[in-house]
Amino acid sequence: MKHGTKKLLLSALKVTFPVFLGYIPLGIAFGFLFTGAGYHWVYALLMSTFIYAGSVQFISVALLAAGAGLMEFLTLTLLINLRHSFYGLSMLEKFSDTGKVKPYLIFALTDETYALLTTTKVPEGASKSTFYFYIALLDHFYWVTGSVIGAVLGSVLDFDLNGMTFVLTALFVVLTIEQYYNSQSRFPFIAAIIAGVISILLFSPKNMLLVSILIGTLILGAHEKIAQVRRTSMILDTGNKGRI
Amino acid sequence: MTNDLMHLLAVTIVIASATFFTRALPFIFFSSVETPAILSTIEKNLPPMILLLLVFYCLKDVHWFQSPYGTPELFTIIIITGLHLWKRNAMLSIFIGTGLYMFLVQYDVFSILFS
Repeated sequence: MKHGTKKLLLSALKVTFPVFLGYIPLGIAFGFLFTGAGYHWVYALLMSTFIYAGSVQFISVALLAAGAGLMEFLTLTLLINLRHSFYGLSMLEKFSDTGKVKPYLIFALTDETYALLTTTKVPEGASKSTFYFYIALLDHFYWVTGSVIGAVLGSVLDFDLNGMTFVLTALFVVLTIEQYYNSQSRFPFIAAIIAGVISILLFSPKNMLLVSILIGTLILGAHEKIAQVRRTSMILDTGNKGRI
Repeated sequence: MTNDLMHLLAVTIVIASATFFTRALPFIFFSSVETPAILSTIEKNLPPMILLLLVFYCLKDVHWFQSPYGTPELFTIIIITGLHLWKRNAMLSIFIGTGLYMFLVQYDVFSILFS
């Protein structure tokens, strides 16, 4: 083995550290809210382990209190998490040779894990599937740990975590810049700015991410179609000239 | 009470299955259908676009028309961007940025400027 397991785990720990700093306070907030609604902490552990989707978990606390039915939970979850389908769409190739851990990698594909997996390079000589698995598992572990801490100790803890979850915003900013260095085309960023501004102005906070991804993907698709048509007409042009 | 817990367990199962479904959907779909050519280009361009959209998403709850008008967020993002373009050290940019933001909101620095 060229790359030791321990060394690889250490790299994954380093890469996921910002997510650790973000998921612990977010998890604490969820756990605190959840037990505040009158549920035992064990169920916070259960939800964070098996659902592992922050925004839906927060909303579900409010819906539980409102006495919503199963159909409401189902439609809301599908709507809020539909964005994850777009994440998978860009991971089809990356995950295609990950073997046994593939189902888990798909299960654990949160916003933050997706951001890390698309931007971080696998260390030289290391197994991609193991590295991805460590990143996904560590992020999952941070989220569950935060939830349990919040659920068990929420009312006891009283330190000022205000602003700490901004670490995730900072992470996304840094990873966007890294993507900018790595990508050949500038167009995805233009598409994102158009889609982002439209959806932050016109849509509610609850819907804006899915809507913005939909608008952005449409812009990307249209741009690609136009480029394709241009390429074909250029080939036809040169073809005609050759014949004349 | 037991009814309540049964409901909670059912809710957990529904949300967990629906979430997994949304994450697995493209993998299920494209295991039987061949990936169309246009998709592979979009596939390459999706991560940079989505990452920038996630930055926008983080700003979704900012009150742009109320003091301090989103200035702590925008100011910190500009500092993080500048720092990262300059040093290109991810940990440095993230921690300085987060520390700065926590300082700005906990001491309400920009509100003082606007009052």
